[in-house]
Amino acid sequence: MQTIEEYLPEHPFFAGLDEPMLELLAGCATNVHFRADEVLFREGDPADTFYIVRKGRIAIQVHTPGGGGVVLDTADDGGVVGWSWLVPPYRWMFDARASESTSAVAFDGACLRGKCENDPVVGYALMQRVTQVMFDRLEAARLRLIDMYGSNS
Amino acid sequence: MTSLAEHDRANAAAQALAAGDAMLPRPFRVVRTRRDTRDTVTLELEPVDGVPLKFSAGQFTMLHAFGVGEVPISISGDPTRAGLLEHTIRNVGGVTGALVAAQPGAILGVRGPFGTGWDVSDGIGGDVVFITGGIGLAPLRPAILELLANREKYNRVVLLYGARTPDDILFGDALRRWADRMGVVVEVTVDNGPHNWRGRVGLVTQLIPRVGFDPAHTVALVCGPEVMMRASAMALRDRGVPASRIRLSMERNMKCGVGLCGHCQLRELFICVDGPVLSYDRLVPLMSRREL
Repeated sequence: MQTIEEYLPEHPFFAGLDEPMLELLAGCATNVHFRADEVLFREGDPADTFYIVRKGRIAIQVHTPGGGGVVLDTADDGGVVGWSWLVPPYRWMFDARASESTSAVAFDGACLRGKCENDPVVGYALMQRVTQVMFDRLEAARLRLIDMYGSNS
Repeated sequence: MTSLAEHDRANAAAQALAAGDAMLPRPFRVVRTRRDTRDTVTLELEPVDGVPLKFSAGQFTMLHAFGVGEVPISISGDPTRAGLLEHTIRNVGGVTGALVAAQPGAILGVRGPFGTGWDVSDGIGGDVVFITGGIGLAPLRPAILELLANREKYNRVVLLYGARTPDDILFGDALRRWADRMGVVVEVTVDNGPHNWRGRVGLVTQLIPRVGFDPAHTVALVCGPEVMMRASAMALRDRGVPASRIRLSMERNMKCGVGLCGHCQLRELFICVDGPVLSYDRLVPLMSRREL
């Protein structure tokens, strides 16, 4: 298995970042593994982590009384989970669960925020990338809102 | 002076009318029915007169429930298998409700086949990407089956499919078979899933940047709601697939099927004759016009 330092430069999220920046970010990262159905975090928990999925699938879901919950989104190999670590009040709005056995890189949110504040160039580069993820998710969520495949479409 | 489209259309209409039967439904008997999802049924039909209906993948017929009405329905069966005509129909109203309720032995009327085909064989020697959502998998199925009958002539074959929920996924057994035995990369995603759903949730267009294919040597066939097709075509262009090699199946209010009545007009095109399958480079100026 590749080390985090070897893995990050190959990941599209980090494309364009130079080696010193990647080393800086890797300092906040650890490899983690989740069994199928293991919960990464729950709604209301402090949002202190950001994940890059190396292999597997993570489901973002919302709990509904009596219904068990609804899966709102998933992140597969190479996908990104979590941006609440970047925005106050640093609290998860949804649950996250491993749909299957999943390996990921976990970044410590407070560590990342500290490095962003100390080095605005790193902060801007990271913000650009997180914004792109947010943009893609928002765009997809808006299109799904129109219920394209529903009976009126 | 007439445009090429007008000329083609006039020829098609003249040929259809010359045949004398373009407006006359042929009786077909329902041989078998299969419930695909809670609101979608596939009908297998045989011609009462015994003369099989030849069609190209991507074409549609006007399907007639006698005493109720007529609707355009894409053919979902195998174009390489003569004899039975298959239609996969979603119950969304009066006529489709009558069609999905048809039982074996019932007689339905069929006009057509009408319109243009997918021409999937243009992808021979290269990669083929199918992108579809909802009931849009049904019109693509004939092209997929045509390709699979000559699988060795194609390189990578990718099918990206979006459905509303896991219960709305069409042809689930076929999707597994194509993935497991036919060398097709099948990626399915749903708009939302129950908590125990292990599959993917998200928009089908989000899969386009993630799958492997050679954009410059790809033919992409896209079928689904128009919003989905627009988003898919843009994502394919972003990947580098030429607009001329992206084909979309357009849906408009087809009535006569032979380019006479004008109900399906999209500016200079009559979708029943010039379409339903059209290349994206031809559609770009039409799809972006709000008035059309």
